Amino acid sequence: MSYVTEADITRIQVVANDVRQSVIEMLARAGSGHLAGSLGMADILAALYCHVLRHNPDDPEWEERDRLVLSNGHIAPVRYATMAHLGYFPVEELFTLRQLGSRLQGHPERNALPGLETTSGPLGDGLTQAIGMALGLSMNESDAHVYTLMSDGEQQCGVTWEAVMFAGAHKIDNLTGIIARNNIQISGSTEEVLALEPLVEKYESFNWNVIEVDGHNIEMFIDAIEQAKHTTGKPTVLIAHTVPGKGVPEIEGDYRWHGKVPTKEEANRFLAALTQDRKLASVS
Amino acid sequence: MVNNELKLHADLFANTIPQVPLRDGFGDAVVEAGQSNEDVVVLSADVSDSVRVAGFKKQFPERYVEVGVAEQNMAGIAAGLANVGKVPFMAAYAAFSPGRNWEQIRTTIALSDLPVKIIGSHGGVSVGPDGATHQAIEDITLMRVLPNMQVIVPCDYEEARKAVLASVWNNKPTYIRLSRHKTPAITTAETPFEIGRAEYFWRSEQPRVALIAAGPLVYNALEAAKQLEGDGIGTSVLNLHSVKPMDIVRVKEAVRDAGAVVSIEEHQILGGVGGTVAEVLTQNQPVPQEMVALHDHFGQSGTAEELLQYYHLTTEAIVEAAKRARSRADS
Repeated sequence: MSYVTEADITRIQVVANDVRQSVIEMLARAGSGHLAGSLGMADILAALYCHVLRHNPDDPEWEERDRLVLSNGHIAPVRYATMAHLGYFPVEELFTLRQLGSRLQGHPERNALPGLETTSGPLGDGLTQAIGMALGLSMNESDAHVYTLMSDGEQQCGVTWEAVMFAGAHKIDNLTGIIARNNIQISGSTEEVLALEPLVEKYESFNWNVIEVDGHNIEMFIDAIEQAKHTTGKPTVLIAHTVPGKGVPEIEGDYRWHGKVPTKEEANRFLAALTQDRKLASVS
Repeated sequence: MVNNELKLHADLFANTIPQVPLRDGFGDAVVEAGQSNEDVVVLSADVSDSVRVAGFKKQFPERYVEVGVAEQNMAGIAAGLANVGKVPFMAAYAAFSPGRNWEQIRTTIALSDLPVKIIGSHGGVSVGPDGATHQAIEDITLMRVLPNMQVIVPCDYEEARKAVLASVWNNKPTYIRLSRHKTPAITTAETPFEIGRAEYFWRSEQPRVALIAAGPLVYNALEAAKQLEGDGIGTSVLNLHSVKPMDIVRVKEAVRDAGAVVSIEEHQILGGVGGTVAEVLTQNQPVPQEMVALHDHFGQSGTAEELLQYYHLTTEAIVEAAKRARSRADS
């Protein structure tokens, strides 16, 4: 059984495409930031905000909302862009990214912009906070669910595994982890920098339910999320295989675009690749 | 002479003065806090007995979180709990929290401005035989450099108790430093306590040296004040339990009256109580300052008494420092 209709999928894909365009324009204007991971996570962010999360853009602090913790804060642009396209704030504000006084800090700050939930960027700090939120929500007898997006690179952090061990031992099941398994980090491929594999077995041995998905297959991703939500007695992690730079064929899979931004010419070229059947955007 | 308005222990200099560890003040207060506020939760990193949270754990098992030997995870979980409205107290040895988890405290608690209470037990060399690895002598500095963080260094059991109870309601990230060994019960339940307010525990008619102290060494400062009075040198003893926010008005007043100052702490000389006082004075009214503190070295094994003696954290050391400060001001 599927938890999503064709119409839902189309809407999510349209939002994801808009988000990718915004990300390219934002980073080109900001002159610094992280492109590849942001593009790679657009489908997942769009699916979460359009279909999965219980949330209200008009009331970002709504107490009964599901919590989305972005642990890998460096892909903030894709979260900002998704939030803007869902109505949290005007799309024009996206272009203040990384500027003095902006609510859109280079890495997300919870007190700067309502709806961010946590401050993040220093890798490894997301899952541990998500556990605290999940525990606190349980104490408050809330049925809100906590989702945590992580990068694969931050699976190298010690505190990540302290948190993984805790959540497994305490059978925290109002928590779902999502790892963007794009195989790159800033200085190369994850397996060359410090091998993560076998990742599935690592999580399983820490008493987690593990589901591998294609992070660009909306239907498969949402089905996996629903399975996770209905799994009791243990936390679930989705290892979402994603392509860094997704949507822009000339940079897909290239680790050199992890922490790099496009020039104006490159940005226009990248946007053209994304706008075959969408309104043409350009960087002015 | 002793400031009677503050209702300090009636017989302060008698050898019958009760000796109680500060960590007991935390342990008792956190149970009281749990009773009066159902959002209070406690986290510990495999040290529940030695940081005195066993009582809370017994009374409120559903609000107690044991994280194991994982101080970084403890900080993150505490931040998450605060994020959904809880008032978390995370307790461990100060050498490891904030010693090991400083970045998590910085990002998830201080920058996020969440009201997590960081309880650093076993501060100073008086930890004793465990040696340098377990003696936190840098924690005040580590915490006071963080924006949003309040830093409290209580002088005894009662003050630790009151600091914990006050911190439940200050809605700020807060560091409270405790010590392991038994120290004199200087204050009583009636002694006033307010975060950010320093009190004169002693004030001679004509103070000529201000003794500004935090932690159990406040008692030694009082003994030194008595001895100096006998030597004809009037002093004031300012109990600076709030290192941040600091009572700058009182500090300036005490120093203006005296013209010389001694800072006193069981902590590294770099960036702690003395460093904070020096920063305030150089920007306002510089006077000769002597520092009773650890002078840029680590501790070692020994009994608490041996170590305090060895590192010159004693009444005699304060008396000598006061005389040096006075003579520098006179020359």
